[in-house]
Formats: sequence, structure tokens, C-alpha cells
Amino acid sequence: MTTYVIKGARILGGQKKDLLIRDGVVAEIGTGLSAAGAQVVDADGLVALPGLVDLHTHLREPGREDAETVETGSRSAALGGYTAVCAMANTSPVADTAGVVEQVWRLGREAGLVDVQPIGAVTVGLAGEQLAELGAMADSAARVRIFSDDGNCVADPRLMRRALEYVKAFDGVVAQHAEEPRLTSGAQMHEGEVAARLGMTGWPAVAEESIIARDVLLAEHVGARLHVCHVSTAGSVEILRWAKGRGIRVTAEVTPHHLLLTDERATSYDPVFKVNPPLRTATDVAALRAALVEGVIDIVATDHAPHAVEDKECEWAYARPGMLGLETALSIVLDVVGDELGWDGIAERMSRTPARIAGLTGHGLEPAAGAPANLTLVDPAARWTVDPAGLASRSRNTPYAAMTLPGRVVATFLHGEPTVLDGKAVK
Amino acid sequence: MIRHLLSAADLDAGTATMVLDTAAEMAALADREVKKLPTLRGRTVVNLFYEDSTRTRISFEAAAKRLSADVINFSAKGSSVSKGESLKDTALTLQAMGADAVVIRHSASGAPHRLANWIDGTVVNAGDGTHEHPTQALLDAYTMRSRLGRLAGLNVAIVGDVLHSRVARSNVLLLHTLGAKVTLIAPPTLLPVGVDAWPAETSYHLDSVLPDADVVMMLRVQRERMDQAYFPSAREYSRRYGLDVARMRRLPEHAIVMHPGPMNRGMEITPEVADSPRSTIVEQVANGVSVRMAVLYLLLGGKA
Amino acid sequence: MSYPSSGRQSGSDASQRTGSPGTPAFRAPGEPATRPDGTVPAPVSSAPVAVSAPSPSETDVSPEGPAKTILSAADIARVVDRIAHQILEKTSGAADTILLGVPTRGVPLAHRLAERIHTFEGVTVPVGALDVTLYRDDLRLRGARALGRTELPPGGIDGRRVILIDDVLFSGRTVRAALDALGDLGRPSVVQLAVLVDRGHRELPIRADYVGKNIPTALAENVRVALTETDGVDEVRLLGGVR
Repeated sequence: MTTYVIKGARILGGQKKDLLIRDGVVAEIGTGLSAAGAQVVDADGLVALPGLVDLHTHLREPGREDAETVETGSRSAALGGYTAVCAMANTSPVADTAGVVEQVWRLGREAGLVDVQPIGAVTVGLAGEQLAELGAMADSAARVRIFSDDGNCVADPRLMRRALEYVKAFDGVVAQHAEEPRLTSGAQMHEGEVAARLGMTGWPAVAEESIIARDVLLAEHVGARLHVCHVSTAGSVEILRWAKGRGIRVTAEVTPHHLLLTDERATSYDPVFKVNPPLRTATDVAALRAALVEGVIDIVATDHAPHAVEDKECEWAYARPGMLGLETALSIVLDVVGDELGWDGIAERMSRTPARIAGLTGHGLEPAAGAPANLTLVDPAARWTVDPAGLASRSRNTPYAAMTLPGRVVATFLHGEPTVLDGKAVK
Repeated sequence: MIRHLLSAADLDAGTATMVLDTAAEMAALADREVKKLPTLRGRTVVNLFYEDSTRTRISFEAAAKRLSADVINFSAKGSSVSKGESLKDTALTLQAMGADAVVIRHSASGAPHRLANWIDGTVVNAGDGTHEHPTQALLDAYTMRSRLGRLAGLNVAIVGDVLHSRVARSNVLLLHTLGAKVTLIAPPTLLPVGVDAWPAETSYHLDSVLPDADVVMMLRVQRERMDQAYFPSAREYSRRYGLDVARMRRLPEHAIVMHPGPMNRGMEITPEVADSPRSTIVEQVANGVSVRMAVLYLLLGGKA
Repeated sequence: MSYPSSGRQSGSDASQRTGSPGTPAFRAPGEPATRPDGTVPAPVSSAPVAVSAPSPSETDVSPEGPAKTILSAADIARVVDRIAHQILEKTSGAADTILLGVPTRGVPLAHRLAERIHTFEGVTVPVGALDVTLYRDDLRLRGARALGRTELPPGGIDGRRVILIDDVLFSGRTVRAALDALGDLGRPSVVQLAVLVDRGHRELPIRADYVGKNIPTALAENVRVALTETDGVDEVRLLGGVR
């Protein structure tokens, strides 16, 4: 393995230091470091963060390799500063058996650009009727700890209760896509003034909030861990605050797009802005930002959802919901709450806490002597303009096209080897 | 110069009035022996209908033909559309065929907006999902103006399934632009969340609105809505929101009754009301051709 | 820290679709941009229906260059009298004759002629209006515009002598459009043409039967007819183009 000396990096924005990286770990931190045969990485003025961890990524493989593969999604992640991603289970076939989660896990290792941690489905085929073999997935080589039917809600309260209880046996967590399906039949966008004007069927906030309220009570009742995916409404924040106040073991994520964009975007009828849960109002966006800063919402997760061109270049109603997120997430977070969070706050919400929720012990650790060398170097002064064609994802459905954003990932190290250097993927 | 007519909101008061004035001139054509004008000779108008709507398609077709345009009817049935061709691919085909205008009817809200991004020609929205139907609103305004002599200051009651009605959305926007006062009357389940932002009043009670109404526009209510629990039964709906003779008698002497068609006789309107002299339902159909001629002339007539 | 969704992309899709704000959706009649009558790009007014009114404050030097009054109010009155006499002469006392004015200024001219004919001979000549906009061959060059009124006298035009009345005869294209429009409205026995001013430069084999005044003009010049009914003043002026 090559030895690297990273020169002049500011760990979590602190004083400039050199980092000596050898054998996959940070061997030494100091000033004026050098080592024979080491490759020097000039990081003068760059901020070093623990490698980012995404708790919510759709890699589409197996099944929709035309939209994304484990490899292209991994490359996207590395370019976005990530060293680990959790791959959602709604593939084809669904990741509801040990066989499928091991396949995804193996593909991730072969790509070698980030650690790919598969998420297992809660129910067979995401159908919401019968528990998948959760224990088999937990015991597999992929060591699954997060279970989610994301894309679908585990709507049946009895089934949800059983899932929450069952995964306690291996310290698992159920990540719920909170959407009461009976309230969102045919829904296209946030139910409110814009939907009324555009003549689109509404996705009411209460469809999310009622499920979160039910689930935190279920989690309390059975003493289980619950994770809430992509929280999108001000009302959900209130419920989470209440639940945390009661000591319920609930964690929650918010996506970059829900921190930035509102339902007014739908006025263009361009399905690049169609996502589930939908973009909400400015009031919701403000509440989500405040909740992330306050800690009521624990983490940022991308819900990176690549879609093939034909699934987006069509009528809004026929388009599939979802947006790209991996390559833009850090920049969006810096833009909207960077000042309030600071570098430590960003590391907490985009690396340490998601790693803890996912049980990824090698990630989310400060760059310190002896720690695994999973880290990313960010140029905080750089600004860049999003060009969909320039993204490493196989898909183009970014809602941020032509926006100029702050912060640029210059280098990412995974287990002591660079996956990104000079802002480019090394492989 | 507006290139497309996608929403009634595309029309300011001056433009909308110009459409109505032009339609009045076009209407005179119906009394002539030669019901044809050379105005759009050499232009191609495509009727792209993804939903069955014979009356709207025929109305646009008659309008285009009276202006001497070449008309191509492209309906979802028996075409490549039913074989799964995307709207974008269809748009590129029409573009290659040299369509100067595409009149589109589609079950998805916003489909005309998408189409307008993909072709150079003019796009006319002939009804998109539960969004808008701007030419219907224009012909309704034209009918009101013909019958009552003005639009400014009129009290217009729009009754029924506002939530799913493209006719209601376009009428609210256009009538507001032209100075009429609109009241939407429906059970609370059939008014959209967010309706407060519309330039219209709302009411749950038809009877209280009728004595001051100059125009009552009844919207079609589909019986299937019952299965989605929007209201308990067809009978309860007609009892509370249907227009029968007793209710019609509460209207002022001059008030008119409108319906965009097709009617559910016995549901939102009784046959006696639909066939009464107050009813403008047949006139609306005739006026539709004149208004669509005006729209096609103003959008296509002057383009270089 | 920026506010959600505001101002990150320049202009919404909606505003791009519906044209820039403040742009009139359709051109109004007589708007300057619609002026060139098939003879682009010369900024010449040849379209009688589209000649715009001089404003009362306008001096002898208009933005289009020096202006010269060709016919005063009294001249116009004399010319109308003369045409009325000629019509009576050539039509055996205006029997079975109707006057159709071409909007805008042809219509008041037709009414004046009818009034003079009635004064001279006590004959009532039916007057109507014939809008030719939808028959023009230059719509694509000019932009769609509001229509004038078409009103035929009771009894229509079949078998009768129709005299078309217009203010200025220039390229002849307006008259060509009027003849097409007449053909769709019926079958007159005879069609004649009366104009206040003939300024030459015909592009079609058309001539007037009654001419108030022949005015030789350069193509770049512009003839402006103002009538009390439409413009508050009776006057014909020649506006110098680029000299």
C-alpha cells in the first residue's frame, strides 16, 4: 500500500496539520511530516472531515442498471465526499433475502470506491404483508442492521410493531418511509396552494405525520429503535421533538432537497422536481433547517434516487419520483446551514451519527492517530456550478442544474487509499 | 406575443377581451353562405387527443377548418400512442411533420406545458387532467357576455366538483381577470386544500348563493367520486348541490344556467332546468367554435 | 444562508413559456410595428386600415421626418363632394348601389359620401362596412390584430352595385383582400372602388373608379389620413421618410 502525507489540512476546520496515512490508518498527525516514498497530497487550506456516511442511497443494482449501478453510484458517492453508503432494498429483485444483500455487498467491494452497506427489506417483496427473513440478512456476509421498505411504508401497524420488536435480537433498526398510503392515493405533490392551482393530487403532510406519531409510540411500547427516513414537514419535527423528549429511541434524517427546495418548483411541471415525500412549503423548509441545527433531526441523508431519462422526460404524473443527491449533498448543507452547524456539526450529522445508526464501526471517526483512514478533504472557498452531464451518476435527474454551490470535495480516502484526488475519481 | 395558450392565466384583460371581440366577428361567419375564411391557409393544426372528447375535438376541428388550416387528428386510439410512444417522441414526430399548432387534450395535468418545451409550434391546451381548460373558460365568458351584456361585476356561481374540475380552475382565473366575482359552491370534500388562495369566494350552501347570482355554472360530478367517499350518495349530492326547478326559481329573473357538458341529467342538473330558456348549454357549444377560431387566428394568424 | 427555492435559477419555466412580462400578447390595430404592408422593410404606411392618428400635439416635424399637409379640412370636404357627384353621375343616380367602407377610415368616408348623395339628390344609399383582415395576404408579416366590424346593409350584396370605400390606395393588396371577402359574402353585379388618396406604387393590377386626389409619393414616404370621426381632425399629410 502507498503511504500518503496530506499537507496542511485543517481537521474539522482547526489548525493546519499534516496527516501521515499508512496501511489504511492515520499513522501520525503533526507538522512537517514526511515519510520515505510517500505520495504528498497538498491540502493547504482544505478542511478534513471524517468520510461522509449516507444512510439512504438507491444504487438501483440489481434491476435498473440503466439508471445506476453499484459502481457508478459508488463513484458518485466518493466524489461527494462519502466513504460509506447504505443501499436501499427496493431493487429488482428486492433485497429481501441473504442472497441479494450479499450480491450488493460484494458488488460494492469489487467497485472499491465506498463501503456499500446493504439495507434489507422489512417485508417480502416490499409488499407489506409478510416479514422478510431479517435474521438471515443480519447473519449474512453483508451483516445487515438497517431494514427498510423505503419507497413503500410499512403501513400495517401490527407488522410494523413486529418488525421493530424482532430486529432487537441483532440490534437492528427499522427505517420507516412514513406515508399513510390511504391518504396518498394518486398523490403527485405536496397538498396545498400550489397543488390546488396546478390541478395535481395532493400528498398531505398528515400522511407522514400520522405514521411517525404511530411509529414512535410503537417503538416506545416495544422498546425498540426507530429511524425515520426523509422527514419533510414542520409537523413531523414537532412529533419527533416530543418523542425524543420522552426518551423514545428514535432517530431521523432529512434530505438536502427538503432543506432547499419548495413545492413552487412544481410550477414548471418538470418532473425533475418530483420526489417522494414531495417538496413542501417554505415554512416546512425553515422548520427542517432549524430541527437539523437543533438536533431534533439527527442526520442528513441524500435519498439519492437515480432515474433513467425516459422516467423523467415525460408527463409529471407518469414520472418516477426521486432526485440525485450524492454529489451535491455536502454543498447544499454548507449552503443552507453551514454557518449554524460549523464543521463539527456537519461531521456529526453527515458522518458520525449516520455511522453510529448504521453500526459502521470503521466510519464516522475523527482523523486521529490509529483511526481508519476514511476521510474527505473539502475546499470551503470553492464554488461550482452543477452540470448534470458532468455528474458521475449514470442518471441526470439533479434538481440543482445550473445552480452555483459552495464547497468542493477535493479528495476522499477510503481505508487509506484515495478514491478521489484533485476533485476527480481515481478509478 | 404569447406563443401558447396553456392556462387562462396567460391572458391579461386586454388580450382576453380581444379574443372575445374577435370571436364575436367570427360568430357572424355562421350566418354566411360561405362559412370559410382563407386566413390560415397553408397552416397545419394537429389535434392531439389522449382522452376521448369528441365534442372538444370537433369544435377545434371545425374552427381550424373554417380558417382554412389543414387539420390532422391524432388520437390515442389506433395510433402509436397506444403502443407506448412517449409524449416527447410524439412531439418530435409532430415537429418533423411541420405542425404549426398542436391542440392537446391529456389526462395528466401539465402535459401541455411539457409539450411546449419540446416543439417550436404553438400549443393550445384543450384540457389537461384536473388542471385547466382555457378555451372552455373563454367560451363561457363569451356566452355570459352575449347573454348579459357584460362581465365586469357579474356574480358567477360555480357549483360542484371544483377539486377535479379544469373548467372551474380556468373560469376562476379568467373571470377574475375580466372583473366578475366568482363564488365556488361545493361540499368541503370537493374543494381543494389551498382554495383560499384563489381569487374567488367559497360556500358550502347553494341556496344562500342563488338569489344574488347572475350566472350559475353547474359542473359535472362523476358518480365514481362516491366510491372515494367524497359524498355519501348520488341522491344526497343532488339534494344538496343539484339544480332543480325549485332552486332555479330562486335565481334573479335575468340569471342564466350554464354547464360545460357532458351533463349527468338527474345528478347535478334536472332535465327541466337543462332544457329551460335560461339554459345556455346549446349556445355554449356553438360559441365554442367561434372562440376557438379567435384563439387560433390570434395565436397563428400573425406568426412569421 | 439562502431562502428556499428563491432566485437560484433565473426565471421559472412558466415565465419563459408565457413570454416576457409587459409584452402585449397580440398586436393592437395601428400599432407601429404592424405598419409595413407587405413591402418590408421600408417603413411605409400603405395600409389604410392601419394608419394611426396624428396626435394633436404633433408638430410639422414628426419623428418620421418633415410633414406636409396635402389636404386641409376644406379640401377633404370638396373632394368628398366631388366623388359623391361622380358616383351619382356614373351610377345613374346611385340606383341599386351600396357603399362598403373598409375599416377604419373607409367607414366614416362611406357615411359622408352617403350623406352628400342624400343632400344632392335626396337618394338614400345603404352603407356598410367590410373588414378584410382575415383575407389579407400579409398577416404573417404583420402579426395578428383585432378585427374590424363587417356589417352588410339589409338585403345583402347579391345583384347590387357595391362601391368599396377606402382612404388610401397604395399597393392594392387591401382591395384584393376586399374583393376576396366580397366573393365569400355574395355576388354583386358590379364592384367599384372609391379612394380619398391614390399614392401610386401598385403591386397588383387594380385601379380606382373614383379618386379624390392623386399624390405622387416616394416609397419611403408615408400618407397619413385623419378624419374627425376617428382622429378628431380632418387632414391628409405626407410624412417624409428618410431623405
